[in-house]
Amino acid sequence: MNKLNKITKSKMFLPIFAMVLVMCINVVYDIANGNPALNFFQIGITQGHLFGRLIDILNRGSEIAILAIGMTLVVSSSAGTDISVGSVMSLTGGTCCMLLAGYGVDHVNQYKIPLGLAMLIAVGVACLCGLFNGAMVAYLNIQPMVATLILWSAGRAIGLLLCKSKIVYVRVDSFQFMGNGYILGIPTPVWIAFGCILIASLVLRFTALGTFVQAVGINKKAARISGFNSAKIICITYIICGLCAGIAGLTNTSRIYSADTNNIGLNMEMDAILAVALGGNSLGGGRFFLAGSIIGAYTIQAVTTTLYALGVSSAQAPVFKAIVVILIVVIQSGPVKDYFKKLSAKKHTVKEA
Amino acid sequence: MKKSKINSNTLLLIITIVLFVVMYGAGCAVYSNKGFTHLQTLLNIFITNAGLICVAAGMTCVMLTGGIDISVGSCVAMYCMFLAVGMQAKEDGGWGMSSPVLMLLVLIIGIVFGSVQGYLIAYLDIQPFIVSMAGLFFGRGMTAVISNQQVDIQEPLFKAISQLRIYMPFGIGAYVNKKGKLMVPYISVGVVVALLVVVVIYLMLKYTKFGRSIYAIGGNQQSATLMGLNVKKVKFMTYILSGFLTAIGGICFCLNTMNGNTQQAIGLEMDAISSAVIGGTLLTGGVGNVIGTLFGVMINGTISSLVKTNGKLDSSWPNVITAILLCFFILLQAVFAKMKEAKK
Repeated sequence: MNKLNKITKSKMFLPIFAMVLVMCINVVYDIANGNPALNFFQIGITQGHLFGRLIDILNRGSEIAILAIGMTLVVSSSAGTDISVGSVMSLTGGTCCMLLAGYGVDHVNQYKIPLGLAMLIAVGVACLCGLFNGAMVAYLNIQPMVATLILWSAGRAIGLLLCKSKIVYVRVDSFQFMGNGYILGIPTPVWIAFGCILIASLVLRFTALGTFVQAVGINKKAARISGFNSAKIICITYIICGLCAGIAGLTNTSRIYSADTNNIGLNMEMDAILAVALGGNSLGGGRFFLAGSIIGAYTIQAVTTTLYALGVSSAQAPVFKAIVVILIVVIQSGPVKDYFKKLSAKKHTVKEA
Repeated sequence: MKKSKINSNTLLLIITIVLFVVMYGAGCAVYSNKGFTHLQTLLNIFITNAGLICVAAGMTCVMLTGGIDISVGSCVAMYCMFLAVGMQAKEDGGWGMSSPVLMLLVLIIGIVFGSVQGYLIAYLDIQPFIVSMAGLFFGRGMTAVISNQQVDIQEPLFKAISQLRIYMPFGIGAYVNKKGKLMVPYISVGVVVALLVVVVIYLMLKYTKFGRSIYAIGGNQQSATLMGLNVKKVKFMTYILSGFLTAIGGICFCLNTMNGNTQQAIGLEMDAISSAVIGGTLLTGGVGNVIGTLFGVMINGTISSLVKTNGKLDSSWPNVITAILLCFFILLQAVFAKMKEAKK
C-alpha cells in the first residue's frame, strides 16, 4: 500500500499513467476490430524507412514536443502560458515561404533566396515575437496570457497578409526534407525534436538557467532581492518559447509542403499547454519538469492519433482534449488536493482506531 | 476649491471617445461618396455588432473582477449551430424544433456553461484563462459535433424576427437614394436587445450591491474579503452572468448571420476583450464601465466597416489593426499604472 502511494506521488506518475492508458485503449480497440492485439507496437521497415504507429506518433508529435520545451520554461518562470505559439508557428511558416517564393507569388519551383537564409530570417521573426511577448510580460507587468493574446490574434493575421491570404506552394524537394525526409530510416522531425530536447536539457543541466527560471517562478520578488534580474530571465524564457515556436512552425510548414497560414499551428497552443499540464508541471509556476512535459507531448499526440483512429474528426477532437485539460487542472487545484488529503487522513485515523 | 474630476480612468474613456469620433470622421471624409456619411452606415455598425455588444458587456463584468473569459467566441459559434440545426426540418437531419423553445434552451445552456466555468474558477481556484481556454476548444469542438456543415436557417418566425426593421422615429436621418426612393434609417431587433443589455448592465454595475461588489473584488480582492464580501460567490455569479450574456449575444449574432457553421465567430473573444480594454476597462480589474465598452465595440466596428468600404484591403487587416490598438491601450494602461505608483 505504501509502495503504491509512493508511485502515485511520483512526478512521473501522471504522464506515464496517461501514456499507458492510451496504449491500453489502442490495444482494446485493435482487439475489438479483429486486428492483432499488439498492432499498435509493431514497427516495420519499408523501403529502408521505419514505419508503424509508434513511429507515426513520434513523428507527428515532434512539433508539440518542441513547443512543450518553450512552454514549460514560460509556465515555470511567469506562472502564465504563451498562447501565441500556434500563431507564431503560422507566421514563421508564412514568412519563410513568402521569402522563398516572393511576395504575392503562390506557386514556385525554385527558391528566390537560399533556403537557409529564409529559414534563419523566419526563425528570427519568431524570436522577435518571443521578445515582444517577453517585454510585455517582464517589463510592463502585463498578465502573460493577455500579452500573448495580442500575437495570438495578430500573428496569424500578419502571416495571412504576408501570403496575401493565399496558400503558398514551394515545390522544391529540399524544402520538404525537414518535415517529410528521413535520416537513417527515421523521419527528420523526430531528429529535430530530439535535437531540441537534447540541447535544452544540456543547457538546463550545465548552466544555471534552469535554477534561475525556477527561482523567479517560485517568488519573483525574492529572486530579485537575492540578485537575479527577474525581468530579464522571464524575457529570456519567452524568447526561447518564440524560438521553439519558430522551429516547430518550419517543421510543420515543411511537412505540409506549403504555407497554409490558416491551418499551420491551429490549436497547437492547446496541445502545448496540455503537454505541460499533463507532464506534472503546476500551471502556477515554479518547479518545472522537462522530461514530464516531453512525455506529455507525445501522449497528447498518441491521444490525437487514437481519436482519429476511433473516427473522431479533427474539428471534433478539441472537445475531448478540453475535457482532459479540465480534469488535469481540477486534480491539480488546491481545494481538490486538500479534500483528498483530508480523505486519506480520515482513513488513517479510522485504521488507527 | 473644486478639484478637477479628470483622473487617468476618465482620461482613458475620453481618449476612446475621441478616437472613435476621429476615426468615424476620417471615414466620412474619405468615403463620403460611398455613403459613409449616412446615418444608416452608423446604424449598420450597430446591426452587425449587436451580438458583440452583448458579449462584450459580459466580458466587461468578468474583466472587472480581474478575470477573463476567452471561450465566448466559440460559445457563440456553438449557439448559432445549435439554433440552426435545431430549427432545421427533421427531414434534412435537423431537430425540427420551434425557435422560442430553442432560444430558451440556448439561454439555459449559457447559464450552465457559465456556472461550470465559474465554479472551476471561483471555487477551485483555477486560472480563468486555462478554464476558459478549455471552454474555447470545447465550444469549437462541440460546434463540429453538432454539425460539420454550414446550416442555413429557414424557420419563418426566426426569419421574421431577423428581418424586422425598426425605423427611426420621425424619419431622423432620412435620405433619398439614387433611385429617388426615400430611405428611413432602421435598426434590427438585435440592436434593441443589445442596447437594453448595455443599459441594464450599466445600472447594475452602478447601483446594485452585486455591481459594487464586482468593482470591490477587482480593486483589491483581499480587502474585499476582509470587508466581508463573499468573493467566491460574486465571482461565480459574474461568470454565470457572462455566460448568460454570451447566450443572448449568440442569439443576436445568429439573427444577423442566419446560419451556423464551424468557422463562425472566430476571434470574437479577441474583439470582445479588445473592446473592453479600448473602452477603458483595466485588465487587472476594478476600473471600467460598460459605456466605454460600447464605444470600444463601435471602434472595432468602424475599423472593419472602413476596410470593407475600401474593398481592396485584405480581410485580415481588421484583425491586425485591432491587435495594434489593443497593444496601444494596454501600454497606455501600463503607463498610467506606473504613474499612479510613482504618485504614491
